[in-house]
Amino acid sequence: MALLSVQHLKKYYATQRAVDDISFDIAPGSIFGLLGPNGAGKSTLLRMITGIFYADSGNILFNGEPFDSGRHIGEIGYMPEERGLYKKMKIGEQAVYLAQLRGLSKSEAEFRSKQWFKRLDMTTWWNKKVEDLSKGMSQKLQFVTTVIHNPKLLILDEPFSGLDPVNANVLKDEIFRLAQEGTTIIFSTHRMEQVEEICDQIILVNQGKKILDGSVKQVKQDFKENLFSLTLSNPDAPLPADIQVLKQEQNKLMFHLNENVPANQVLLHYINQGNNILAFEEILPSLNDIFIRLVQGTPAAREFVA
Amino acid sequence: MKTLIIIKREYLTRVRKRSFIILTLLIPVLLVGMVALVAGISLSSGDQKKIAVLDESKTFDQKLESSKKISFTFEHTPLETLKQSLAKEQYDAVLYIPPFNKNEKAKFNLFSEKQLGMEAQKDIENQLNDIVMQDRMQEAGVDKDKLRFLQDETISVQPNVEGKATSNEAAFGIGYACGLLLYMFMLFYGMSVMRSVMEEKTNRIAEIIVSSVKPYQLMLGKIIGVALVGLTQFLIWIALIVIAMTVLAGSMGAGFASNPEVMNQAAAQANTGNDVAAGISAMLHSVNWLQISLWFLFYFLGGYFLYASLFAAVGSLVNEDPQESNQLTMPITLPIILGFVIMSSAIKDPNSGLALFGSLFPLTSPIVMMARIPFGVPGWQLALSAVLLVGGFLGTTWMAGKIYRTGILMYGKKITFKEVGKWLMKK
Repeated sequence: MALLSVQHLKKYYATQRAVDDISFDIAPGSIFGLLGPNGAGKSTLLRMITGIFYADSGNILFNGEPFDSGRHIGEIGYMPEERGLYKKMKIGEQAVYLAQLRGLSKSEAEFRSKQWFKRLDMTTWWNKKVEDLSKGMSQKLQFVTTVIHNPKLLILDEPFSGLDPVNANVLKDEIFRLAQEGTTIIFSTHRMEQVEEICDQIILVNQGKKILDGSVKQVKQDFKENLFSLTLSNPDAPLPADIQVLKQEQNKLMFHLNENVPANQVLLHYINQGNNILAFEEILPSLNDIFIRLVQGTPAAREFVA
Repeated sequence: MKTLIIIKREYLTRVRKRSFIILTLLIPVLLVGMVALVAGISLSSGDQKKIAVLDESKTFDQKLESSKKISFTFEHTPLETLKQSLAKEQYDAVLYIPPFNKNEKAKFNLFSEKQLGMEAQKDIENQLNDIVMQDRMQEAGVDKDKLRFLQDETISVQPNVEGKATSNEAAFGIGYACGLLLYMFMLFYGMSVMRSVMEEKTNRIAEIIVSSVKPYQLMLGKIIGVALVGLTQFLIWIALIVIAMTVLAGSMGAGFASNPEVMNQAAAQANTGNDVAAGISAMLHSVNWLQISLWFLFYFLGGYFLYASLFAAVGSLVNEDPQESNQLTMPITLPIILGFVIMSSAIKDPNSGLALFGSLFPLTSPIVMMARIPFGVPGWQLALSAVLLVGGFLGTTWMAGKIYRTGILMYGKKITFKEVGKWLMKK
């Protein structure tokens, strides 16, 4: 059974359809990518899932039950895209306070805060104020306040923005660790390269509508264009039928294979020539390519491509 | 439960701030200092003006009486020499009185280098006129004793309103003080709530918090937390006043005991001032302090909740532009100021129609009614005003909750009142 099931969710504003009939299911323990250009409706969708906004219509099921913010809010951790902390408040107090609002008792909140601070190398910051922290440091604090109550569902909106590679990796490791421990994670971003390595399942949203849904592998298969790369000892040998060479870099050929022609036929052609095959690989489109192709031409696509 | 956690944070962060402690201690000191300063200015003689009188008419010879403010010296040197003495600052002014006819209007010249001031001029005129009048009276056959008898003020009016024991002067003072305090509290703490909401919105912490608690809980927690800060401040002030009074009374007693001369002087003064002191103490005793304190608490909380929720709503509408906040707070600060204006008139005429309206209408009633209570207000008016105020603040919190819920997550866009109206209609 899906941990979170979103069914025909709609939210219309006066001027636009922010979320227009979106449905998807998220399996427990999976990392789910919610992708789309800026302004596609991702944040509105997340705000409905976290109970901040009410949907105009449609259902949200949490663990099979209709979502009730009073009951389920303690099971959800949400890190919005725009990070927010009390600037003048001490870091330790802040972590404890936000954990208490999530429903932890004071002693439990303190205990877990200290545990997390230790894990992320933040113990010396406890009595500092947020305004004295660098952006990366406050990002870490933000992450701690999001996961401190051991949520079943963790929602991260652009979690890596503003982080340097070292800290981004620390965070990524934590996300993987939580996923292995059974936390379901929704990962919202417009940075596709991050998604490819992290997510099991993705959906792509554009202008309020879902335009793609599936596993990363499946999506890539669905959008492959029969492109291959082949490295040969003699690249200038006669070509087989059914291929169009797109590019040649020294010994490496990139070509398009006509549909319904098995790749082995091409390999056999060269083997029979006595031409040594040094490398052979199917070129799958990157998610970035797929998404650009899908949202190209729509008004929101411009900033997405850039 | 979560609201309680929010209340606690809002309360503690404010009370722990250095500015809170400093302000709480400083305001009474400033108030006392101001009162002392005003009293000091009005009591002190200021500079004594030295005036040379050249009386060629011989009418006023030695009859002008010097006071703390003016000293008269009769000179017989020619006018020109006296005028020169002005430059040497021997005198502030020279009054030249040529021979004149007592039965006709006359104008004397007062020479000075600087303006002498209205008060001194009036003082001199009064003395001159009194003397001339006495002379005229005597010429008309009225002697000094008769004159004094004629001029004696024998009648004074004693206000005596049925069913009301409070003296008017005390009621006026207490009413005004209460109204003014409520006005300042509502404005000051209301603004504080608004700033805090704005800070949460621009800091973007609001979104994080409303993903854990309902926006309404956050708003209410903040409002209640700030209310508690206000009450704390108030309690500290009351405690400070009590301590100051006891210490002052104690040290004054000790001072008198150790210095018999001072004590004698004080006793002499006390004799003359006895009536006044007795009057004041009677005045204070005539006031029903418990009743006033309880109503003050009620109107403070009611008025504060009413306005604080509106201020919170406005805070949630503001984007980073402070100019915008000025524009948006206008509709809220106006009724507060209106309340203060009505109060100023109501306190002079506590039973006028305007005063009645002001003390029933929830947006102005805290200030206006509080100013009227010391004068005595019919029970039904108090009850109606209280019910309306409770209804009013329930209404504004409900309304503010709706605006706040949407406004706190709206960024970048300037929000118009028309849109706000739409949010209110939505359920």
